[in-house]
This record gives sequence, C-alpha cells and structure tokens, in this order.
Amino acid sequence: MSRRIRTWGPGLLLVSPSLALLLVFVYGFIGWNGLVSFTQWKGLNPTYVVEGFDNYTYLFRDETFRNDVRNLVVFTVVFMVGSLVLGFFMALLLDKGVRGETFLRSIYLFPMAISFIATGIVWRWLLNSDRDVGTTGINKLFELVGLGFLHSDWHKTPSALAIAAIALPAGWALSGYVMSLFLAGLRGIPEELREAARVDGANERRVYWYVVRPLLLPVLMSAVVILAHISLKTFDLIYAIAPLDPRTETPALYMWLTSFRGGFFARGAAIATMLFFAIALVIVPYIWYTVRAERRK
Amino acid sequence: MRYSRKGLLALGLAATLLVLPACSKKNEPAGGGATEVEVFSWWSGPGEGEGLAALIEDFKKNNPNVTFTNAAVAGGSGTQARQALATRLLQGQPPDSYQLHAGKEAASDIKDGRLEDITYLYDQNGWKDKFPKGLMDNLTIDGKIYAVPVNIHRSNLLWFSPKKLTEWGIAAPPKTWSEFLTQAATLQAKGVKPISVGQTWTQMHLLENVLLGELGVPKYNGLWDGTTDWKSAEVVAALDTFKKVMAVAVVGTDDWQPTIDKVVAGTAAYNVMGDWAAGYLQGPKALKYKTDYDVVASPGTTGVYNFLSDSFTLPKNAPHKAAAEAWLKECASTTGQDLFNPKKGSVPARLDADKSKYTDYLAWALQEWQNPSTIIVGSLVHGVVANNAWKSEIEKAYGVFFTGKDSAKFGAAVSTAYGANK
Repeated sequence: MSRRIRTWGPGLLLVSPSLALLLVFVYGFIGWNGLVSFTQWKGLNPTYVVEGFDNYTYLFRDETFRNDVRNLVVFTVVFMVGSLVLGFFMALLLDKGVRGETFLRSIYLFPMAISFIATGIVWRWLLNSDRDVGTTGINKLFELVGLGFLHSDWHKTPSALAIAAIALPAGWALSGYVMSLFLAGLRGIPEELREAARVDGANERRVYWYVVRPLLLPVLMSAVVILAHISLKTFDLIYAIAPLDPRTETPALYMWLTSFRGGFFARGAAIATMLFFAIALVIVPYIWYTVRAERRK
Repeated sequence: MRYSRKGLLALGLAATLLVLPACSKKNEPAGGGATEVEVFSWWSGPGEGEGLAALIEDFKKNNPNVTFTNAAVAGGSGTQARQALATRLLQGQPPDSYQLHAGKEAASDIKDGRLEDITYLYDQNGWKDKFPKGLMDNLTIDGKIYAVPVNIHRSNLLWFSPKKLTEWGIAAPPKTWSEFLTQAATLQAKGVKPISVGQTWTQMHLLENVLLGELGVPKYNGLWDGTTDWKSAEVVAALDTFKKVMAVAVVGTDDWQPTIDKVVAGTAAYNVMGDWAAGYLQGPKALKYKTDYDVVASPGTTGVYNFLSDSFTLPKNAPHKAAAEAWLKECASTTGQDLFNPKKGSVPARLDADKSKYTDYLAWALQEWQNPSTIIVGSLVHGVVANNAWKSEIEKAYGVFFTGKDSAKFGAAVSTAYGANK
C-alpha cells in the first residue's frame, strides 16, 4: 500500500495546489453561479432562496434575449467561417513556399497579439459610416478607388447583419492564429505521403483532397472548438466598437448590463449558465473525441 | 523518497504563494493626523474634469492633512461608473464618498442599506434652508437625507448655431415637435441632418424630452408615479412623434461630445442635450454664447426645468468617515460650488451662491432656475424619477423599440416593468 502511495503520491501533491485552486475558483464558482440563477437576487444584498426556473422562462420569453441569441449566431457563423477560410488560405500560400516566410508568419499572427479593445477602437474608425466630410476608414477607401457606391453602414445597418460587421475584425484578428494551426498541420504531413500519391498519378488537387484534407481534420476540429468558444465569450470587441447598441448586443453583453446596471443578478447568472452550457455543447464532444482518439493509439 | 521530497517542496512553495496575499497591508483607521479620502465620480471628460480639479484643489487647501484620491471612472452620464461602483459595494469596499444623481437613483442603495443618513450634517451646518425647496423634496427619502447636491443641470435644452440657422433660412428654433418636423423637411432639402443623436443614453435623453414636450408637465410626472398609463393612446402618440424625430436624425454610436460636434460643424442643425454641453462648448471648443452657439428650451417645454443634480453621499462603512464628511462640507460650501459649477457648466444648488460668477448661458440658467414661475420636473435618464432596476428595464425595452419601432409594445413593456420594480 505504502509503495503504491509512493508512486502516485508525489504526483498528486505536485498538482494539488492547482487542483484546489481550480476546484474553488472555477468549479466552485460555476456551481455558485448556477445556484444564483435559481434565486430572485436583485440589488446589492444577495438572497440564496431557490425559486425555480423563473429566470430561464423569463429569458426565453424576453425579446431582448432572443435578439441577442440571434446576433450571437450570426456573429459566430461569420466569424468562424471568415477566419477559417482566410486562415486556411494563408496557410496554403505559406506552405507552397515563399521567400521570408518567418517574417510573413509573424505579420499574419500579430493581430492576435493586440487586445480586442485596441482592435475595437481601430475598427470603430475603420467601420465609420458617416457620409461626405465625415467619411473615414473603409468607406473612405472605397471612395478613393472610385467604388463609392459600396459605402456601407456596417454595424449601424438596421438588419440582423449589423453584428456581422463586428465579426469582420474578430475574424481578422484570429485568422493568423488559424493560419498557424493549419500550417503546423500541413507541415506535420510527411512529404512521402504526397510523393506516393503523385507517383500513383494523382494531380495536385487530388493530393490535397485525398491525402492532405483527411489528415488536416483533427486540426480543423481544434480550430473550430477554439474559435467557437472565443465567439461565445466575445464581449470587449463588441463593447469597444458599438457600446450599448441594441443592434449588436449579444447575451454576454446583456448579462453584464442587466447585472450591474439594474441589479438583476439572478437573471445575469441565468444568462451566464446558458452561455456555459452553450460552450460545453461545443467542447464536451471535442474532449470525448480526443480522449477516444488517444485511446485508439 | 527522492520524488516525494521534491513534491513536498513544491507544495510548500505553493502554500507560501497562497498565504502571501493575505499578509498585504490593511487600511489604517482614520486617525487625527494625516488621513486620506477616496472620492468616486464619473467626472473625467472635458469641462467636468476641470471642475472637479478646481473643487479638489480648494478641498486640499482647506484640509492639508488629507490625501485626496480621485477615483473617477470615465463615461457619459455615469453609465460606466455605476457598474464599477456596484462591484465595490457588493464586495463591501465602498469608497469614502460616491457620486449619485439626486432622486430615485439612490433608492436601491438606501433600501439595501448602503448609505448613511446624513440629515445630521444638514442640521449641524444649517444647510436645509440654503437649498431650494423643490430640490430638498427630491433629496428627502422617508424623511431622511442621504446626499449633498453640488449642482443643478437642465436636461430639456435644444442646442444650435444661430449663424447656420440663418444661412439655412430658418428664422427661429422650433417651439413644438411638429414645427421641428416641418423645419426638418427644409433642412433635409438643403442636405443638412435636422438633429444629431449618439449612444443609447443620448437617444433616451431625447426621448424623455419629446415625452415632456408632447405630454405636458402633469402627464409627464404621471409617467413616473403610475398615474399616466404608458399604454394609453396619448403616450403611444408621443412615442410615435419620437420615432418621426429619430427617422430624420443622424444616429451615431458616439458619446455626447462628438454628437454635439456635428452641430458645431454644421452637418446637423439641432441637438438635444443637457446643459453640461455649455461648459464643453465654451471651454474646450472656445465658442461664444449667442453668436457661435445658442440654446432654447426643447420644443414644447418653455418655462419647464427638467432638472437633475449631481450629489455626493456617505456610504456605510466608509473607511475614512471624518475625511468624507469634510469632503461633503466642501461640496456644500458656496466657495466649492462657485468654483465647480462655472467650469462644469451647471448652476449651483445653493441659493446664496455668487451670481456674478455665472455668465453667458449660466446667467440665463440661474435666472430660470430661481424664477418662481418655472415648473420643475425630474429627468429619467439622469436618475431623478426612476429607480435603477426600472430604469435598466426601460433601457432594455428601448433597445427592442429602437430596432422594432413598435410604440405600443414599448409602452406595454415599460408599464409591466414598472409594476415589477416599484
């Protein structure tokens, strides 16, 4: 018995501080937040009397929340598709071999290093939709190259697509990261496999479709999971570009506004819980998939 | 054994790291000697920042032993500051004094037991008859006073450039909102946006003044105490007027300063904003009253003062109570108010302030405020007439109204929210 403790004991001791911190500050607070979401806590004095699903039923009937969810879906789709396509394209180009690849790689990766708040401030200017003298940013660029008719209202359009304009900078910021993921994946494919396919008479398109594509699937999976959870959590970028604008509000913003402005802490906790489950919906299958893949090895 | 010793060492290190923050220095209690005071406000923008600086300077002169910490959080009309403050109050770590709008904004903090009753300060210093009665009525909640007002602002004002108006062939600013809409057609034909609005709170600022102008004083007051039905035909009609005004407006996402800049630049004709705009236009923009810019009561509200007042409070468990009381005395003093208000672009709350210090717009504002025939009503956006919970529900409903443009639904939502958050 003591021998067995000696084998796993030190390891457990080593991880126990971080384990304890995780238990309290992550899982403990998730549980606490879940509890709060079932109460009627309003104002500065907490109450922990469980009242049931009132906050959830309220939210499902709440038009603001439904609009926010719709915005979030549009945002996620545009953001993910945009950064995946752009990132993959850049990775392909770099993989083909260009001069100064390291330099280009860092250039593409840098937008991710900038905080979303700074990105937001810059893009607010780029997405300015004032006309005539006030024109700046992308609209000004359109004007300069004689494409003035392309003038767009961006995030001020009165349609569901307003939020898509904010997904552009998010996609721009993360595409370099996606590129590096795909590039690592492409580099991980042994040249021999491609050679073998070429020897068998496959043209370049077929090499990519039948050899490279299946081998990149795990990379795509990780990229999708990482992007999806970033998308659900995005707050700062939206807040920096269009603060408190109902056209571009998402559940994350609603959660914060209703908690700290109106003091509806229980309702905020209910939104947080739903966001948590939405993220779990993406991440749990992924973990399940990777664990199984590991086991198969 | 080799491994477990290393493991123990790591554990020991981790434990030390955990304990370290607990050893950090606690705040010393406020003693007789050197102490400090932390004042929380949202005054950091142009105009208001300078006013606060002047007030702090005078405070330091009168209280040389007190170190002043200016905990100002930027953001129009205190929208950002309120969230930062809520976090601190929840943690039980209040600043020594924090800014509030006089009126219902304090209601939830009082109900939750976060504010000290400071009626004793009023009694000790004989402040009760130094402030106008209308203001004292709004400050008193269940017979007790919780805040010291520094200034009086007016919300229902229409700003414009007189030169530009003449250029566009408009004789005088509109007296009613329907007259405004007629002018709007002329202005649009000349390629000018009739009115500029910015972020959501500036839109709601316009909304409250359209409601006031369209419904008149008694019905407007009734909106906030439940006697005017939000679902009634006249309220819905007034909301429809607001929609028409918004339809001809240039709607930005900026705070109020860039929004009124559009009027200065001549791309928009009018802007409805509170009189903090005067401090901004005279100060950083260096414009002259009556020649470069002018202002009248917003359409339909002549003779009505839609007021709001910035005030300071004494939170329960304030770490430095004596210093906080000294700060409140500074805020209530004639010197303090006369230093602060001309810079901020507001009129003093005290009746015995030095009138000669208030020139241009402020001279007119002071005269209107002290005119006995002026009717005083309270502002929604600036915390006078609705508690925080109801106000945030109105803001939420406004978001749906802004995108969906359904007046009746907005009225119904506000009405339901009133019942739930009385």
